[in-house]
Amino acid sequence: MAEPMKIRASLAGDGTEVRVLMSHEMETGQRKDAQGRLVPAWFIQSVTVTHAGRTVLAAQFGPAVAKNPFLAFRFKGGARGDKVAISWVDSRGDKRSDEATIA
Amino acid sequence: MVGAGSASTLLSLLAAAGWLAPGTATAAAWNQTAFDAKSPDETVKALGGIAAVRSKDITFVSAPDIAENGAIVPLTVASAIPRTEAIAILVEKNATTLAAVFEIPPGTEPSIGTRIKMAQTSNVHVLVKADGKFYTAVKEIKVTLGGCG
Repeated sequence: MAEPMKIRASLAGDGTEVRVLMSHEMETGQRKDAQGRLVPAWFIQSVTVTHAGRTVLAAQFGPAVAKNPFLAFRFKGGARGDKVAISWVDSRGDKRSDEATIA
Repeated sequence: MVGAGSASTLLSLLAAAGWLAPGTATAAAWNQTAFDAKSPDETVKALGGIAAVRSKDITFVSAPDIAENGAIVPLTVASAIPRTEAIAILVEKNATTLAAVFEIPPGTEPSIGTRIKMAQTSNVHVLVKADGKFYTAVKEIKVTLGGCG
């Protein structure tokens, strides 16, 4: 099981700013290990961010997103105390979901 | 009798084949074709466009001119084009041209901050889909140390 995401959701103007750091190797499938063997590709493929039952961002990643993916964006609405939920699925089918409270 | 184990195996096989969207029902299936594309033009076609038009309304809000470490290249990109539906980041000289696609629902600002990998100095394209049409802006980012080896 992957480490929890670090999520910060804060009110900014008439919206909410979301910053998230996901914990993932994001192996490209091109790197070789010490023995010269290719390390198989393994990376987050899709990310969904929801607020109040509505998707506020949906992303698809390739292997060229940096290790421990970072994402920052803003959506209109949101109130202090609301939850922002984020989930990802990687190329092995592993999943992780976390949520944060808007501050 | 078919056990739960084999049922979930079948599901994961279907997911691996790209037939089923993994995760929540709202998540779109991972676009294998787009991520297999080997050039910006191919990527535009794989995402459902014909060609992308250069636009001054797409900005690199923050992006380095020179990235010392290609493994972590921070980018913030934004679109001022009305009805922006999606923003994609493409690296011309990476083995995988398409780095990421972000679907922007109404109410979400068409501005994304993220970090990508770059194998070498390359043009980075920001591709925007707005009202069904494709627009693009390009910036060269020099890489001192490649990040895909």
